[in-house]
Amino acid sequence: MPAAIFVENKTEVMESKFDVASIRKHFPILEQKAYGHPLVYLDNAATTQKPRSVVKRIEEAYFSHNANVHRAVHLLSQQATEAHEAARVVVQQFINATEPDEIVFTRGTTESINLVAFSFGEAFCREGDEILISSMEHHSNIVPWQLLCERKKMTLKVIPIDDNGCLLVDEYEKLLGPKVKLLAITHVSNVLGIENPIKQIIEKAHKQGVPVLVDGAQAVAHMPVDVRALDADFYTFSSHKVFGPTGVGVLYAKRPFLEQMPPYQGGGEMIDQVHFERTTYNRIPFKFEAGTPDFIGTAALAEALRFIQEIGLDKIADYEKQLVNYALQELSKVEGFQLLGNIPERHAIIPFQLKGIHAYDVGLLLDKLGIAVRTGHHCAQPLMERLAVDSCVRASFAFYNTSSEVDRLQAALKKIYKMFN
Amino acid sequence: MSIDEVQDDIIQAFDEIEDWMDKYQLLIDMGNSLGPLDEQYKKPQYLIEGCQSRVWIHAEYKEGKVFFEAESDTVIVKGLVYLLLKVLSGRTPDEILKTDLYFIERIGLKEHLSPTRSNGFAAMLKQIRNYALAFKLS
Repeated sequence: MPAAIFVENKTEVMESKFDVASIRKHFPILEQKAYGHPLVYLDNAATTQKPRSVVKRIEEAYFSHNANVHRAVHLLSQQATEAHEAARVVVQQFINATEPDEIVFTRGTTESINLVAFSFGEAFCREGDEILISSMEHHSNIVPWQLLCERKKMTLKVIPIDDNGCLLVDEYEKLLGPKVKLLAITHVSNVLGIENPIKQIIEKAHKQGVPVLVDGAQAVAHMPVDVRALDADFYTFSSHKVFGPTGVGVLYAKRPFLEQMPPYQGGGEMIDQVHFERTTYNRIPFKFEAGTPDFIGTAALAEALRFIQEIGLDKIADYEKQLVNYALQELSKVEGFQLLGNIPERHAIIPFQLKGIHAYDVGLLLDKLGIAVRTGHHCAQPLMERLAVDSCVRASFAFYNTSSEVDRLQAALKKIYKMFN
Repeated sequence: MSIDEVQDDIIQAFDEIEDWMDKYQLLIDMGNSLGPLDEQYKKPQYLIEGCQSRVWIHAEYKEGKVFFEAESDTVIVKGLVYLLLKVLSGRTPDEILKTDLYFIERIGLKEHLSPTRSNGFAAMLKQIRNYALAFKLS
């Protein structure tokens, strides 16, 4: 829908088309009040709320088939194993991986990246090699690579960005030298909401024989992701950012990498035969899943993915795009509103400052008005340094947010600006 | 005025205001009225780094009393600093160490003392007491 039409008819048209009112009924937490005001939850980039079906799935799993997975002969264990492995298939289909064996369950994006940094590093990296990341990475996609570089005496190279936060593609190509062993880059920036041109980035890396890890934590809840179409070698995301439970994460990796990489952690589940002289490892993906997996969490994650697939990620992307455009238009009317980075399109994230007011003060007062946002450096300190800001306010959206919530945010910001001026 | 009289004054000022946003308006106005800290004290050794905001504090011991000067980069924390200094600055080390700062809870701002707030305010209060203890033992 063109922006002009959208604005004239305000948002009712698109909201009735999308039926956000019915969707919200699945999320009981959104009915709450905060300090006497109806809650406006705009911290979705940090974690998302859970639909009833996800929480129901957790209860059901604990009450009806709670037993440790994979080895026991009894009925409950078989049911739990089936649910856990069915979840792997749901995830595989969700991101269009080739086979379920390419899906490793972890505790979250952070652990997924640490796993690759360790195991890929052990298998493929030597002293003098380089790892390439970008300036807009979250700390979780910086520190694991720093640790690897320290361990192996390697060098971490960083692709620069322009003043608006966009990746400098020419500089990227220059940095893709023969020593680069892996590129690790975010799909969507957690601060700016910028989507990197991942497909082209991967194409360029592959031409130089460099595999690519994509941090999809901020992408999967907002757009359809197809790891095969992207040709990503590794793709990571967290369950809790995609309406699933906390403590579960996903690592997608192409089979040859998983087969060649050594285990990350040792313990039960990941072994084939254990003898004091020598231990052989289980096949993939189990080789990377030491200990009892969060089989309840994985089943609930599958439920979350089913929930959003039923709505449709294309529809979600379309709705969120219009909502964010409406928000940008309305918030720009607030005196003192300063948007971070001038980019044509943002994915569900609006980073901003109110002129002359510390982000902490803005966030604290928004909270008192019932509006939850995040303030600070958003665990991306190098990016904030590059953009020359100490901290900013981040309003981040999900498909259950509405235009009237945007109006609430606008009114609150106007009020706050007045309090300081 | 005794420390508790100052605390009671603050409580009364906040009690007269019903709306939460107006209470914060008062805090903002107090924050804005806090004079700037001398540049020589805005150095790392005087800095208390919170995750969200920063506070600088400097203490001087004169004739048995501790005088504090402080500043923060956020106005609301500056307002809290203003209140804290109003109560504790110019007191003896013993007074500072023994005082129960009940006013913070009574005016509904206790949440700002929570370490999870990471605004440097709780750390600043601890630092004030550390100064008092150091001066007492010196």
